[in-house]
Amino acid sequence: MFSDELRKIDWDKTTEKIYSSTDADVRRALSKDKCDVDDFMALISPAAEPYLETMARLSRKYTLKRFGKTMSMFIPLYLTNSCTNSCVYCGFHVSNKMKRTILKPEEIENEYKAIKKLAPFENLLIVTGENPVAAGVDYLAKALDMAKPYFSNLKIEVMPLKAEEYAELVRHGLNGVICFQETYHEKNYKVYHPKGMKSNFEWRLNGFDRMGQAGVHSIGMGVLIGLEEWRTDVTMMAYHLRYLQKTYWKTKYSVNFPRMRPAENGGFQPNVIMSDKQLAQLTFAMRIFDHDVDISYSTRENASFRDHMATLGVTTMSAESKTDPGGYYTYPQSLEQFHVSDERTAAEVEKALKKLGVEPVWKDWDQSFDHKSA
Amino acid sequence: MHTNQKLVIAGREFNSRLFLGTGKFDSNELMEKAIIASGTEMVTVAMKRIDLDNKDDDMLQHIKHPGIQLLPNTSGVRDAKEAVFAAQMAREAFGTNWLKLEIHPDPRYLLPDSVETLKATEELVKLGFIVLPYCQADPVLCKHLEEAGAATVMPLGAPIGTNMGLKTKEFLRIIIEQSNVPVIVDAGIGAPSHAAEAMEMGASACLVNTAVAIAEDPEAMAIAFKKAVEAGRTAYEAGLGTQSINFEAQASSPLTDFLM
Repeated sequence: MFSDELRKIDWDKTTEKIYSSTDADVRRALSKDKCDVDDFMALISPAAEPYLETMARLSRKYTLKRFGKTMSMFIPLYLTNSCTNSCVYCGFHVSNKMKRTILKPEEIENEYKAIKKLAPFENLLIVTGENPVAAGVDYLAKALDMAKPYFSNLKIEVMPLKAEEYAELVRHGLNGVICFQETYHEKNYKVYHPKGMKSNFEWRLNGFDRMGQAGVHSIGMGVLIGLEEWRTDVTMMAYHLRYLQKTYWKTKYSVNFPRMRPAENGGFQPNVIMSDKQLAQLTFAMRIFDHDVDISYSTRENASFRDHMATLGVTTMSAESKTDPGGYYTYPQSLEQFHVSDERTAAEVEKALKKLGVEPVWKDWDQSFDHKSA
Repeated sequence: MHTNQKLVIAGREFNSRLFLGTGKFDSNELMEKAIIASGTEMVTVAMKRIDLDNKDDDMLQHIKHPGIQLLPNTSGVRDAKEAVFAAQMAREAFGTNWLKLEIHPDPRYLLPDSVETLKATEELVKLGFIVLPYCQADPVLCKHLEEAGAATVMPLGAPIGTNMGLKTKEFLRIIIEQSNVPVIVDAGIGAPSHAAEAMEMGASACLVNTAVAIAEDPEAMAIAFKKAVEAGRTAYEAGLGTQSINFEAQASSPLTDFLM
């Protein structure tokens, strides 16, 4: 389990190491064909800032080589904002006085139909808050079953599950799981996630092992930028990624760097603000560190930034996302989990990508691959 | 940093990352000198070469030294069934459950049979052997062997005895990157520079036989390999510097202007 590995890595020493990276460390990392985590630390450090253009070139080169001129497109669907957790930064916080919705089967179906009218989306990401009683594994299984006629690749972003629960959902057509660790700083994790199931750091952290054990095809990782020192947090994620790649080698991985904006959701103020330049540096560094990992940008990022990064390292994008349950059809006006910056329609995003010479790929999987021989 | 990391296989520490084979020497005395000079702590011996009923077998007497792990190999067997049988004989005769699993049905190139090797590894691990399988430089196979419980993987650099060096370099690179068990480059290493190259890439150890055995002076060649393996390992741990120039001074920044 990764918790055993993480225990061996000291947070403060890692931070110190990142910030003491030298020009020579950066140049060495840039000259390698394959970088290790030490190199990654140099590439995300302030010492690498003068090399941003070089990093962009390398990132573009590796991305082109591995992914070509394509962008994988997906769309999230929130099934519920009901949540028993109290993450201090989240709009769905348990004590937020708001209307809670759990979409009913017929509403879910309407959402699927509405999404298909936006664009030829085939990659669907089903999102829920954490309410295992009202929207647990059975509920998700049902949603997956219903999604099959509409979408060829199904992912979920929900509470961490047991290995056998992931396996059960795989039998219902689940292809991938996205889960953000939020932060790898164990002590402060408890401050941000004081109550509910999510307050259990280790349960969440080792959730990735359980996904691997259950044979989930694709695992998405992420840290929430705005909680702790982002350079240290993404370094921990780099260690985690390497560990998972070695252990669950049949799985495909993706990374996300969702960043909080000041005063997002009214209450919580992020502890650190990451600039566009820093996010670009991190994206380039991740691509140089790992030529194969999917790098995903959501509509949290604005249109101009997404378009620029579309040829420089990003390989997966959402478009026209609604981050509230039923936002596509049933409840078009309900409260979002976070504010979407890129408000273009999927068709507009598609047009913009094509103008950049990037082909949006809607379908890249077939359900026939999921048929297990009995 | 990570200097002087000890090689550990199945809980046993090794001070030397050079493993030696014992075939093709022109005398057992010369072989022994080469073993000692190389500083190796792991020596493989073909069980087919040893008189298993004779505790005083001459070849064995020249191999056995304190601090040296004897690694019987199954060279000669052609499938998993034969390998499992041979392994049990070897355990009995050599008094060790360490085993270099070699299955090559092809007598010309002695290329390892991937299907049978995986099968035999699964079986032998269940029988309590510490299995070090000689195998193709096939990254997927190596993961399967690891999952089957192999203590190491021993992918080939080139066909046995060819001294051709690391012909499988790009695959070895992937194997090293992905492996959770030590990766020992076996077969094809024909010169100290080949061994150094493998170690620089991050291989855990090298197994050398022909290049030492058929050298004019095996003892001196063993020393050369010892130094090469140490040099390559130290270079790896020290963090190899610039190998290719991926960057040059850039007057303008067309790709990142939008961030300024």
